[in-house]
Amino acid sequence: MPDIAAPAAVHRHAPPQGLLRRHVFSLDHKVIGKQYLDLALVAVCTGMVLSWLMRLHLGFPTVPIPGLDKLSPNGAAGGVITPEYYLSLMTMHGTIMVFFVLTTAPFAGFGNYFLPIQVGAEDMAFPRINMTSFWVTLVAFLVLIASFFIHDGPALSGWTAYAPLSAVGKDAGPGQGLGQTLWAISIALFCVAQLLGSLNFITTTLDLRTRGMSLARMPFSTWAWFITAVIGLIAFAVLMPACILLLLDRVAGTSFFIPAGLVISDRLQPHSGGSPLLWQHLFWFFGHPEVYIAILPGFGIISHILPVFTRKPLLGPRVMIGCLIAIAFLSYTVWGHHMFLSGMNPFSATLFSVPTLIITIPATIVTLLWIGTIYGARLRFTTPALFCLGFVSVFVSGGISGFFLAQPSIDTYLHGTYFVVGHFHFVMGVAAMFGIFAGTYFWFPKMFGRMMNETLGKWHFWLTFIGVYCVFMPMHYLGLAGNVRRYSAFTDDYMKPLIPLHRFITIAALFTGAAQLIFLYNLIRSRLRGPKAPDNPWEATTLEWSTASPPPFDNFGGRPPTVSHGPNEYGVPGAAGDYVMQASR
Amino acid sequence: MGKLFAVVLTIITVVSTAIFVLRVWWLPADISAHGPQIDHQLMETMVSSGVLFVLSQLALALFVWKYADRRDGRKVREFPGGATPMVAAAVVLVGAEILALTLVGSKVWAGIYQTPPDPNSLQIDVQAEQFAFYFRYPGPDGRFGAIHPELMNEATENFFGLDPARDTTARDDIVVPTLAIPVGRPILLTLRAKDVNHAFYVPELRIQQDFVPGLVIPLHFTATQPGKYEIVCTQLCGLGHYNMRAYVEVMPQPQFDQWLKDKAAQQ
Repeated sequence: MPDIAAPAAVHRHAPPQGLLRRHVFSLDHKVIGKQYLDLALVAVCTGMVLSWLMRLHLGFPTVPIPGLDKLSPNGAAGGVITPEYYLSLMTMHGTIMVFFVLTTAPFAGFGNYFLPIQVGAEDMAFPRINMTSFWVTLVAFLVLIASFFIHDGPALSGWTAYAPLSAVGKDAGPGQGLGQTLWAISIALFCVAQLLGSLNFITTTLDLRTRGMSLARMPFSTWAWFITAVIGLIAFAVLMPACILLLLDRVAGTSFFIPAGLVISDRLQPHSGGSPLLWQHLFWFFGHPEVYIAILPGFGIISHILPVFTRKPLLGPRVMIGCLIAIAFLSYTVWGHHMFLSGMNPFSATLFSVPTLIITIPATIVTLLWIGTIYGARLRFTTPALFCLGFVSVFVSGGISGFFLAQPSIDTYLHGTYFVVGHFHFVMGVAAMFGIFAGTYFWFPKMFGRMMNETLGKWHFWLTFIGVYCVFMPMHYLGLAGNVRRYSAFTDDYMKPLIPLHRFITIAALFTGAAQLIFLYNLIRSRLRGPKAPDNPWEATTLEWSTASPPPFDNFGGRPPTVSHGPNEYGVPGAAGDYVMQASR
Repeated sequence: MGKLFAVVLTIITVVSTAIFVLRVWWLPADISAHGPQIDHQLMETMVSSGVLFVLSQLALALFVWKYADRRDGRKVREFPGGATPMVAAAVVLVGAEILALTLVGSKVWAGIYQTPPDPNSLQIDVQAEQFAFYFRYPGPDGRFGAIHPELMNEATENFFGLDPARDTTARDDIVVPTLAIPVGRPILLTLRAKDVNHAFYVPELRIQQDFVPGLVIPLHFTATQPGKYEIVCTQLCGLGHYNMRAYVEVMPQPQFDQWLKDKAAQQ
C-alpha cells in the first residue's frame, strides 16, 4: 500500500536499493551515460587494435603477428593476414568506430549524462526507454563481435555494405555468409536503440527544462545534442528499414537490392527486379547525416568548453546555434556526393555538389567563431583546453579537403583513393575523438568526483596531436598519387613507390595508438585514486557545475535550480571570479 | 604552453603545405584529352583551399601564442566587430570560392560525363566480374552479339554469355582480358557488371566509374599518349578485390589495327 503522506513524486528522488538496479539495470541517466561511455571505451580499444593489424599488414605484409592465428586460423594462418581477412578487419574497424564509438560516446554517452543536468531535469523523460536503448546497443555490439568467432569470419563488404555484394549471400565469398547477416542484424538493432535515444533527448530538451531555462539559455552542448537527436531520428529511421530489407534479401529470397541476371560463381542468381543503387541511396541518406551525428556533439562540446578556458563568452552565440541548425538541415541534401561515380544520373552530381559546397559556409563560420573567441582571451592551458585547440586545427585540416571531394570533376580522380580516407578520418574520426577527449578531461571531475592527472593529460595531448598529423596528412599525398583504398597489398607497379610512405604511416599509427595507453592509465588511475574534485573546478557557469561532484541521484538534491543567466557569461567585469553562474545555489 | 602549441602547429602547417607545394607525391602524368581540365580544376582548388588552410591554422597559432593567461589582471577583449566580420568573411570568401569552383568545375564534369560520345567512337564492351575485367570488340560486322547470363561460364571462357551457335553477330566478337585502344581516337566503353559492383579506374586517364549490376553505363574518353597503364577496381567487390586489375595498352592506330587482326584470328 502506498503511503499517503509520501506521494509518488517524492519516492522518485530516492535511489533504488538493489545492486542490480543501481549499477546494471539502472534507470538513472547518469549510470546509463557511464555505461554508454564504458561500452564506447571497449569498442574504441577493439577498433584501434583492428586498425593496428591493418596498418601492420599494409606496412609489413609478410611479418607474422604473434597470436593472431589463434583468433582466426583461416584468416591469419601463421599470423600473416590474408587479403580476405584484411577486408574483414577493415569492415569491422569502420563499423565499430562509426556506430559504437563516434555515435555512442559523444552523443549517447555524454548526452545522456549531461543533457538532463544541463537543462535542470532530474532524469530523462523516459527512463525505461533510456535503459532499453542502452541494452539494445549492447546486444547490437555483442552480435557484431560474435562474428569474429564464427567459422567464416566477419563481414567483409566494408562499413557501407554495398549491395548486391552484401545481399547475395555465401556465393559471393565466405565472409558474405553468416558474418554479413550478423552485421545487418547488429546495425538494425543499433538503429532501434538510437531511435529510442533520440526520442528521449528531444522530449527531455523540450519538456523537462527547469524554471528559467529558456531555449536561448541552453548551453551549446545541449543545443548540439538536441539537434543531433533530431538528425538521428530521421537518419536511423531510414537505415533501420534498409537493413531489414537487406536481411530479407539475404534470408527470405526477396530482391530489393538484387537485379536480374546476376551470375555468381557460375550460378545464375534466382533474383530479379531489385536495384543496387537503392541501397546506396538509403545508406547514404543515413550515412551523410551520420557524419554530423558524430561531429555535431563535438561542436557543442568545444563551444561549451572553449569559453571556460578562454575566460570570455563564445563569439556569436546565436550565429553558432544558427549554423548548427543550418548544417543539420543541409546534411539531408548532400548524400549523393558519395555517389558521383556510382552510375546514378550524372546530372544529379551537380545538384548534390552545390549544397555540399554550401555546407562549408556554416562550417567555416563555426570555425572562425572559435578562432575569434581565442582572440583577446586569457587562455588557461588545461588538458581539455588543449584538446579544444587541437579540435579546431584538425577540423580545419579535415574540412579543407572536402572542397576537393565535393566537386564531381575532381572526385573523378580522387574517389576511392586514400585522399578520401585522410579526409574523413580527420574530419569525423580525429576531430570527433578530440571532442570526446576534451569532454572526458572536462567532465571527469563531475562524473567521478576526482580530478584527472594534468601532466599525463598533456603528454597524451601532445603525442596524439602530432601523431594524428603524421598518420592522416600523408594519406592525402597517397590519394593524390592515385593510391586506391580498401586494398590489402600494393604490389601494383604504380603503387610500389608509395610503400615507404605506408611504412611511415604504420609506424606513426602504432606510436599514436600507444600514446592512448597514457589516457587509459590516467582514466583508470584517476577513477580510483585521483585527488578529490571540488564542485566547480574549472569555474564554469552551467548547471552541472552548481551541483555536487558527482551529482546526487536526482541531480540537484530535490531542489531544482532556477536559471537566471545564459551559459555564456565569462569575463564579466565586477563579477566575483569573472563569471556568473546560470543558477545561483 | 601557448607558445609551444603555436610553434608545433606552425611546423605542422609549414611541413604539410611544403610537401604539397614541392609535389613530393603527386598525380601521375595525364594521358587523356580531358585530363588537363581536371588537373587545372584540382590546382585551382589546391591553391584557394590551401590559402584558407594556411591562414586559419596560422591565425589559430598566432592567437594562442598571444593570448595566454599571464595572471596580470588584463581584461579579456572582444573580437573587433564581434561575429559579423566572421560571418561576412566566410560568406564572401568561401561563397566566392564555391561559386568560382562550381561554375568552372561543373563544366569540366559535364564535358566528361554529361556529353554524348563522339559518333565515331570506337565502342568496346567491358564486363567486370569477381575478380577480372573482360573487354569485347564487335569484330568485322561492327555488331555485338546478344548477352545471355545463363550461358556465362568461366570454364568454357564464355565470359559474356554469348551464343555463337544461334547468334550470327556473336560469332566474330573478340573477347580479351586486356584493353587495347588506339591513341587519339575517341573511345566509348559500355560497362556491365556480371555479379556485384566494381569500378573502372585508370589514374593516368583521369577517369573512374562504377560498374553496377543491372545497368549498362557508358564512359567515354580519348587517350593522348601511347603506353601501358594499370586499370584497377576501386569498388569493394569481395575477397579478391585487391587483385582485380587489368591493363590498358594505348597504341598507334596501325599497331592497334594489327593487334585487333591478330586477336580476331585467335578467337
